[in-house]
Amino acid sequence: MKNVQNQKRANKSLPFFFRDEFRVSVVIILISVALLVTTFTFDIVPPILNRGIQPATFPKALLVLIIVMTLLIYYLATKNPWKVEKKLPRSFFLTLFSFVIFIIVSKTLDFFLAISVLSIFVSYCWGEKRLFYLLLVGIIFPIIVFIFFETILGLRFPPGIITNIYYS
Amino acid sequence: MDNLLLMLAPLFSSKLLLVLFFGTLFGLILGVLPGLGPTTGGALILPFTMTLDPLSAIVLLTSIYCAGTYGGAITAVLINTPGTPAAAATCLDGYPLAQKGEAGRALGMATVSSTVGGIFSVVILVFFAPILAQLAYEFGQPEYFALAIFGLTMLASIGEGSPIKNLIAGAFGILISTVGKDFMTSIDRFTFGINELTEGIGFIPVVVGLFAMSEMLTQSTLINQVFNRIALKAIKLPSKDDYKKTWKTILRSSGIGSFIGVLPAEGGTVASLIGYSEAKRFSNNPEEFGKGSIEGIAGAEAANNAATGGAMVPTLALGIPGSATTAVILTGLIIHGVRPGPDLFREQPDFLYGIFGAMLIANILFFIFGFFGAKIFARITLVPNKILWPMIFAVSVCGTYSLNQSIIDVWIMLFFGVLGFFMRRYGFSVVPVIIGLILGELVEGTLRQSLVIFDGNWLMFFTRPIALTFFILSLIALAFPLLRSRKFKKKL
Repeated sequence: MKNVQNQKRANKSLPFFFRDEFRVSVVIILISVALLVTTFTFDIVPPILNRGIQPATFPKALLVLIIVMTLLIYYLATKNPWKVEKKLPRSFFLTLFSFVIFIIVSKTLDFFLAISVLSIFVSYCWGEKRLFYLLLVGIIFPIIVFIFFETILGLRFPPGIITNIYYS
Repeated sequence: MDNLLLMLAPLFSSKLLLVLFFGTLFGLILGVLPGLGPTTGGALILPFTMTLDPLSAIVLLTSIYCAGTYGGAITAVLINTPGTPAAAATCLDGYPLAQKGEAGRALGMATVSSTVGGIFSVVILVFFAPILAQLAYEFGQPEYFALAIFGLTMLASIGEGSPIKNLIAGAFGILISTVGKDFMTSIDRFTFGINELTEGIGFIPVVVGLFAMSEMLTQSTLINQVFNRIALKAIKLPSKDDYKKTWKTILRSSGIGSFIGVLPAEGGTVASLIGYSEAKRFSNNPEEFGKGSIEGIAGAEAANNAATGGAMVPTLALGIPGSATTAVILTGLIIHGVRPGPDLFREQPDFLYGIFGAMLIANILFFIFGFFGAKIFARITLVPNKILWPMIFAVSVCGTYSLNQSIIDVWIMLFFGVLGFFMRRYGFSVVPVIIGLILGELVEGTLRQSLVIFDGNWLMFFTRPIALTFFILSLIALAFPLLRSRKFKKKL
């Protein structure tokens, strides 16, 4: 309890634009405004086909509601600041980076190669240095998953350098 | 009598028994592993259910739900980390009791009270779901709209996070449901020229992303965390003295859990917290709570398992999820072409009572598995995260891909994983997003159809008594967190 209060106090001592509540609120509002602007580009249905309300009306109402509620949480946070979150460790950013690698490899080379690369990379970054376990998570397990999905569920995976060898 | 026979049907089908067996086993494993749970597990298993018939698929999901909710107690007692959020209250007394060398007694009480709570809630489900479904025959589009609004406003009072943050997350979930072609006019919304988005954003990528992938990112921040696991010799059935002390608590919490479960959007987490606090309020020894009270364990565990049957009531009778896991089960029903609601009770009673029977058997099965296998399940927590999570990633990616065979779905899953991580980091619960997504189409569809009926006159909503009742309940649901916090401040 005392720790949370200290964290809150620490957050309050920061300039307002560095506080979590300000940054989070700004991000939500900016995205909502951008989406709200997008709703004005939606096609308008002629009155004869219109069922109740225009297709853009409902999302518009939702976005306005989100903006209003975000302003409200920011206002409440000025009185009762959020607690400061700990800085994110390196392992988090490496895991996040592995997602990017996964997208690139799955798009350009091979879906299963991407899974293997991510599994080995994440396992290694999280502290696994034993070769057997790295092979287990990076090669043996993905092969089991592939066979399971391919044979039992009859799934066809996207083409790639490894998948093509199997399918050919 | 006929319905009772229909309930026993799973017992006479070897296939359903096998599904129940594996569902319960899988649910226990998911419940034991911190970070996973019946919601994530259900979402991961959903694509696999496509190979099963609808009844087997839903039986699998419901058995995972029942067993997973109980499984969280094993980790709560032995390593002071709730395997599922619903087991958080169990930690308060389960772990201190285990520290006193009575882990077997603590787990024995958790197992018995979970089973009693679970069975009690199935009885409630069998009696109340048909009544609620009968009432729902009176509902038109405006009533369904008001009901969905009530379900959404209940998000304000779910256990975790601030009420307004929960409502923002719920509104965001509804917003996601508007992506794609408008179902009434076929006009593109938020597709940004991406063809794959015209069909909308699927439930599976969102739920796997928000639960499994965001948890993977959370675990990446905890890789140096060390759990102190208490050794378990053997699980012990509660003694006569323990039964004497706790039978009232178990029954009370079973009632509370079932009631909380019936409320839309609430679930085991809220039920267990209320069950625990009521157990303390009624106890002759409230000072023992937090120090290893057997009543505390019974109160929390009976309530969270009782919420499973309760949560199935609105899910099956109205198509409104009673909790995050029932949202997954609801998706399972929809994927398999089963439309929940009053017609289901009239047209497919064998299907419904099959589910009820399966839930009853699942509660008995997890008692047996828990009693004889808790020691083995406890060892599962020893699987290191650096091995476990890359494997979960592989299954998540393949499962998400398999539903539509779309790589875009996988990317959407990763996007929601990152989003879910930051939402949780800044105190936004991800559960409302899922419930908003599920209810989104219902809210918009019924609103627009109601406006057609009312010729655009919004005030006509208030001329319908049932709709008006739901709107008043919605206002109460919104005001409740405010009143609760004031009462709490007064107490302080």
